[in-house]
Amino acid sequence: MEDMNVADVVGDYREVRINYYDGSSRTVLVTDIETPIPDGRLIVSRTDPAGIITHVNDSFVDMSGFEHQELIGAPHYILRHPDMPAAAFEDLWQTLVVEGKKWHGYVKNLRKDGGYYWVYATVIANIRNNEVVGFTSVRRKPSRKKVVEAEVLYRTLV
Amino acid sequence: MTYHFTVSPDFNPSYLSGWFIFNTWLQRQTGEAFHLELYNDFESQRQAIAEDKVDLIYANSYDASVLVRDKGFMPVACPAGKSDEAVIVLPQDSPIQSVEALPPGLRISSTNDPDVNMMCMIMLEPADLNRDNTTSKTCDTYILVAKDLIQGHADAGFFLQETFDKLSKVVKSQLRPLVRSQIQVIHHVLLLGPSLLQMHQELQRALIAMNDSPAGQSLLESLNFSAWESVEPEDTEFMIDLMDTLET
Ligand SMILES: Cc1cc2nc3c(=O)[nH]c(=O)nc-3n(C[C@H](O)[C@H](O)[C@H](O)COP(=O)(O)O)c2cc1C
Repeated sequence: MEDMNVADVVGDYREVRINYYDGSSRTVLVTDIETPIPDGRLIVSRTDPAGIITHVNDSFVDMSGFEHQELIGAPHYILRHPDMPAAAFEDLWQTLVVEGKKWHGYVKNLRKDGGYYWVYATVIANIRNNEVVGFTSVRRKPSRKKVVEAEVLYRTLV
Repeated sequence: MTYHFTVSPDFNPSYLSGWFIFNTWLQRQTGEAFHLELYNDFESQRQAIAEDKVDLIYANSYDASVLVRDKGFMPVACPAGKSDEAVIVLPQDSPIQSVEALPPGLRISSTNDPDVNMMCMIMLEPADLNRDNTTSKTCDTYILVAKDLIQGHADAGFFLQETFDKLSKVVKSQLRPLVRSQIQVIHHVLLLGPSLLQMHQELQRALIAMNDSPAGQSLLESLNFSAWESVEPEDTEFMIDLMDTLET
């Protein structure tokens, strides 16, 4: 994936190089500006078995700051924030694929403009005729207390 | 042979006669005998489903999972442009202005509508509220939930948005919606049981065409629907996956 574009970023930013699991890497530009999820919304996406986005709802588009067409076909790590420890996503894939179970967790996501938003995410496998055909994730607004706990924990893991 | 048709107990009682008219339409359309069996609560309807006493059902998203994945039901259609959304309502004079300001010990009044209760509990999460630090009382109808709020017996009420919005002006003037869900993908769906799958195509076609005749339009009106929209198996599978992610 391409590096983030300075022209898209709002506010003071720092540059971080991220190495992804698939061997690729890119430079992301991150700011300290948080966008809270509006109350009552659910942010929904689906991927193929490899984690490539196939479907997003309007709330997903709004919160990510990307255009719909930029998201479809992109790897889900397009939202990966450098403050998120790799261990969290290793646990996600381990739980989903190896153990065949639902995964829950608190995730800090990166916006196109360099800002971030915290979510409580659940991911499950989509099973049709005994085969995993993709994954669905639904994210909702976490409490402040849970966000602070996650921030403290993740700082010890990155 | 008489087939059994039932409607999710959370339907709005104002449209009761509409479902009887629908049942008559169904018989005329398919040439089969259908009996409309209405259950008073989810418990007794689930019992009937478990005993395979249901052949056709207008089901809520919560029950769709068991019906489709365990019982072999197939989706046919859903009301066009109508999704199930929930709203948390306060007494008009409550000092609370945001979800985050809701305190532990909150007294909740609700019905036993499972998807509304689930959506509302999710909307309380940003305040760190859950079943353990709130108390809840279950009412038979939404009107009784409104009464609890107005009479000070509850601090917050859970409603289906459609029902809340249709409450009388006098009742609504004493209440205040705090937060409304915007989920958009959860809806009721008409599901056909394994004994009737052979009529799937014909029924789906007739439902979608209902909107084309004056008689059909008046039937739709009596159900408070604008039209029926076809639902494909994958649409329902998606909704079930989504409901799965929301259950804790
Ligand atoms: C359905 C689904 C949703 C996901 N949602 C997110 C997300 O919101 N944010 C995120 O950083 N990673 C998400 N991931 C995980 C990414 O695929 C990826 O594992 C992660 O961003 C870390 O990147 P890496 O695995 O390349 O190191 C999701 C994965 C799946 C299957």
